[in-house]
Amino acid sequence: MHSVFSNRGRKIVISSMAAGLLLLVSACSSSSDEASGALDPNADLTKQSLVVSNWAAYNPPDLAATFEKAIGAKMTITNHATNEEIMAKLTSGADSGIDVAFVSGQYAQALAAQGLLEPIDTALIPNLSNLYPEASKLAYDIGNKYSVPYTWGTTGICYRKDLTGFDPTSWNDLLNPAANVKGKTTMLATERWLMLPAQKLLGISANSTDEAEMAKVKAQLIATKKTLLAYDDTTFYTRLVSGEASMVEAWDGWCNYGITDNKNIKFVIPKEGSDLWVDTMVILKTSKNKEAAHAFINYILDPAVNSWVISNVLYKTPDKAAMELTAAKLGETYPNMLMTPAELLKGEGLNDLGTSGPMYTKIATEVTSSK
Amino acid sequence: MTLTIRPRVSRDSEKRRDLLERMVLQGPGLLFIIIFMAIPITLVAIYSIFQRGRFGGIVYNATTENFTRAFDPVYLGVLVDSIKIAGITTALAIVIGYPTAYAIAKLPKKWRSIALVLVVMPFWTNFLIRTYSWIMLFNREGLLNHALMKFNIIHTPLDLLYTQSAVVVGLLYGYLPLMILPLYASIERLDPQLGEAAANLGATKARAFFSLTLPLTASGLIAGSIFVFIPSLGNFIVPELLGGGKTVMVGNLIRDQFLKARDWPFGSVLALSVILLVFIFFLLQSLVEKRYSSEVNE
Repeated sequence: MHSVFSNRGRKIVISSMAAGLLLLVSACSSSSDEASGALDPNADLTKQSLVVSNWAAYNPPDLAATFEKAIGAKMTITNHATNEEIMAKLTSGADSGIDVAFVSGQYAQALAAQGLLEPIDTALIPNLSNLYPEASKLAYDIGNKYSVPYTWGTTGICYRKDLTGFDPTSWNDLLNPAANVKGKTTMLATERWLMLPAQKLLGISANSTDEAEMAKVKAQLIATKKTLLAYDDTTFYTRLVSGEASMVEAWDGWCNYGITDNKNIKFVIPKEGSDLWVDTMVILKTSKNKEAAHAFINYILDPAVNSWVISNVLYKTPDKAAMELTAAKLGETYPNMLMTPAELLKGEGLNDLGTSGPMYTKIATEVTSSK
Repeated sequence: MTLTIRPRVSRDSEKRRDLLERMVLQGPGLLFIIIFMAIPITLVAIYSIFQRGRFGGIVYNATTENFTRAFDPVYLGVLVDSIKIAGITTALAIVIGYPTAYAIAKLPKKWRSIALVLVVMPFWTNFLIRTYSWIMLFNREGLLNHALMKFNIIHTPLDLLYTQSAVVVGLLYGYLPLMILPLYASIERLDPQLGEAAANLGATKARAFFSLTLPLTASGLIAGSIFVFIPSLGNFIVPELLGGGKTVMVGNLIRDQFLKARDWPFGSVLALSVILLVFIFFLLQSLVEKRYSSEVNE
């Protein structure tokens, strides 16, 4: 879900343009209901063509060409910068023209609840057997009825021991930092991860919608703000590399990018626990190429294909076959690549907040604009 | 009879030709404004009175809640902060921009165009990249701190970034040319004989500046102020990068409502409030300009 942020400049410009366009598009869109018939396992895939929307640089660059060669269906890949951007496209009412979308788990949950997703036909995706058994126990979609997980991971503290002088073990080390790291820490600014460290430190669920609980979270985060170098979703690992920061809240895969440049960088999941985020693939009900869409998901789960995201994005995937093929080699340099599914599932899955979404947004504003 | 009718017919056709000419000349501009200004702003205004769709978009139940929410101290605080930051930026831009524009206008002709190119040159590079390069230069481990420490001028790195002042300086850097250019245009038009006349009549330099030069260049000054103030007010890149996300401006709020919170109606209200502010500033501009021009005429 995060790989895209590296293209931040483009992201800001493009997404602001997209927002403008969406306003126009959604204003003149009408909803259309597509009857979904039974899928034909023998459909001629060469007659189908797919539009897949994914984060930039989150799939092999030659994916469209290799898929077309292997399966026969034509494919176009479009990019979205954030979950919010693709959600706006998919929920605006009109047929988005997108067959398969990559979205995070809690968004797949929201899309399914709105009846926008085609149920996954397991018969058409034999490679589902490559997944770890844990991959079908994810809270946002138990049994993978509407989504197939693509990558998964967690959030922790990424730090340089040569600068901190100690190994952090608790979210408290980040939120109430010792004197020598004060002013040298960063936190993620995206709402759910802005809240996460304080929620876990206070023993509150990462999906809490309780106002009293969240008030405590807010108080802690306002106190923490005074100790921060910055809020940073995109360049926190480079700040560690340069030494500008000595301890940052980080997604596991992104800490790996820092480790690539500086071997002193380490990643730890604080003892209070953390989250489990999952990026998934979903098929839209409006798709007219559902057989090809299933074939695409099946193709992605092929260990030879799935290995790409492991070795290039440095994310873990729920694809056991692919992980066994690739992750062991990476584990020496990037220890968090060796986390087992059981360890990952100790993290609390992020669910859709429903009507409490605006509360999180407001708290985030109150925290980041506090003085 | 025919005599009285004929001229009227020709005047009518003349009028028609005039109208046609005006339509041809103004059409493209008007069409552009209607499509890209009037319609979007109308949409924003319409969205502002409805409810938020859970996943973005709009639920068409009319409500005033979005407007009352805008008066929440958190959001008012952000708006006031934004006006303050944009105001300080504009004031500094005047202090730096006026002498610069004046100096350029007094240069020999061939140097003037070179100086103007130099003023505009930063625009050749993307604003975001220029802003980001400041992080490279001024962060704790950046070039400036390394250089100062190497030459033993300082011993512990300076914290120059991630404060409100850093945001002001970043905005100033980005928008200063927008102050200098209109100022230059109005200063350059000044008739030098007026200055000579003032001197001959015994006016001190200060008196000549305040009663002559300043009123005559007020239109450039006001135009420049608006060009700097408005984009500063809505900017969200600088507070995010140079403010380290710790300074929130109204531009950040609006961006977040649309792209993160999926709350289009509230985002629309915030956007409308900025449009309203901008409108007020334009009104002020025309008032001030009218006063100055009448003063000069007297």
